[in-house]
Amino acid sequence: MATYQHLGMELRVSEQDAVNTAYFAHCAARRFSLQRCDGCQLLHYPPSAGCPWCGHADYRWDEVDGRGTVYSYSEVTHAVQPGFAPYVPYMVLLVELDTQRGQPSAGEAIRVLGNLVRPDGTMASAQEVASVGIGTRVRMVFTQLGETMALPQWTVDQDAAPVQAWRPDVSR
Amino acid sequence: MDLDTDTDTHAHLRDKYAIVGVGETAYVRGAGKTTRQLAQQAVGNAIADSGLDRRAIDGMLSYSYSDSTASNLVGADLGLRLNFFMDCFGGGSSTEALVGLAIGAMEAGMCEAVVVFRSMNGYSGLRMGGTGAMSAAPVADESLHTRPYGWRSAAQMFSPTFLRHMHDYGTRSEQVAAVKVAHSRHASNNPKALYKQRMTVDDVLASRMICTPLHLLDCCTESDNATALVVTRAARAKDCRHHPVLIRSVVGRCNKPRMDMHYQHGPITDTAGRYAAERLWRNAGLGPQDVNLTASYDAFTFTSMLQLEDYGFCAKGEGGDYVSSGAIELGGLRPNNTSGGHLCEGYTHGISMVIENVRQLRHDADDSCPIGPDGKRQHTYDYREGGCRQVRNAEVSANLGWASPGTGSAMVMRRA
Repeated sequence: MATYQHLGMELRVSEQDAVNTAYFAHCAARRFSLQRCDGCQLLHYPPSAGCPWCGHADYRWDEVDGRGTVYSYSEVTHAVQPGFAPYVPYMVLLVELDTQRGQPSAGEAIRVLGNLVRPDGTMASAQEVASVGIGTRVRMVFTQLGETMALPQWTVDQDAAPVQAWRPDVSR
Repeated sequence: MDLDTDTDTHAHLRDKYAIVGVGETAYVRGAGKTTRQLAQQAVGNAIADSGLDRRAIDGMLSYSYSDSTASNLVGADLGLRLNFFMDCFGGGSSTEALVGLAIGAMEAGMCEAVVVFRSMNGYSGLRMGGTGAMSAAPVADESLHTRPYGWRSAAQMFSPTFLRHMHDYGTRSEQVAAVKVAHSRHASNNPKALYKQRMTVDDVLASRMICTPLHLLDCCTESDNATALVVTRAARAKDCRHHPVLIRSVVGRCNKPRMDMHYQHGPITDTAGRYAAERLWRNAGLGPQDVNLTASYDAFTFTSMLQLEDYGFCAKGEGGDYVSSGAIELGGLRPNNTSGGHLCEGYTHGISMVIENVRQLRHDADDSCPIGPDGKRQHTYDYREGGCRQVRNAEVSANLGWASPGTGSAMVMRRA
């Protein structure tokens, strides 16, 4: 059992779990890699024991471009996890990857979670949170937790053409 | 087609089983009792309500988040000898699923009358909002891809679905707040309800933000309570205390594709109800237009709205208009959660919403109306605060149970 600390939480990766061990090791080496199914040749996320599209168990790791668009998000004001309390409001982004968008059917895509962070992997400020919404272009960065463990995260892609991000009016 | 032999639609089971007893404990924050004590009391109340001799109860099913007692203990505490029992893992959406399993157990000849219960110290014990023990647990396996991001509570994990609905369909906060308004008005006529105060749209929008777009008052309560049902064959229901309420159709824990990661399969504004609806109405031989009252699970204001859409009570995307039109209020076209639901009455992972619809279909909602010489309430249908909450001429109800956007259950019941 490998254990890591992150914002007051203990993360445990079992030695029985070769899939998650490899996934996070790739992240630690700054290569975002997903399982590509030997059966249907589609990528899937998060790491799993079988392909959600065809049920095949065999796969190979493929490095994937960490760029995409915010599809939806959670903006948390009331932290349930105590370690997140200093960072409210914080954002959990659901990012639709450019890779494999619209496959295997029109409404589908690989949607990858991560916090909105600064390029150095630290949590974004309230002001930065307020500038992000559905449609924002983001790129992947990593929060390093150990030699072979890093969490994939998202930061605003400053190289992308600016878009008008959608945020809801929750006051009326 | 001969209904008795039509196994494709399962029409042969329509109206063959009934819910004959309902019971609960008080909805409180701080019960001062174990889940075993609460269950003993609620199951005892449900059996007494049925009018069956306790020795006739020989089946028991329960569900929990590993935060509760077990059927073999509760059965023993009530002096029962069970021919069948099982305790399942799960929260919302379990109720209707276990009613279906109870029918299956009786069809298989395993038992004759089944209690379904949920007992939880949802405020004093394992808190469903995710604080305390849930957030202190180590992060492992599947949750390595969610919890490290501060993404654990139901509010956090469902909010992308809710926000996307606002984005795709123009749904507005004040429309969805109407769900809380309606349920709070219903709760004001429910002496059992934990929160009886009537709320306005402005109250909801002025309450503090929990997780966009959920204000505090968009979220359900946490409470301590046990709730129970008694299910048996319709033929036996005739000998029971109350007017029989028949089970017309059930769907249990129906999934969207990718139930593990419901936000992977688009459009994420579709819930499991879209898939459950087809089976529910086909098995019932009825449609949304035949339903007099609904109980669309209100973990959040948004969950009631989303399911009402996906089960066809309004068109997809028009849920905001439907819930803010007055249709879901007492006196409206099709009241939803007339007890006040999980937003106001108390949090039970769904059984309380079935209990309420059973009482409604008996025409015996336990409001403050006067009790007549026949021992039954004389309903006034005056829905002002503190008054009646009985739906006039209630004949058919629909329960729409929710676990997550990816998993749901449902049940249609009718008055015999």
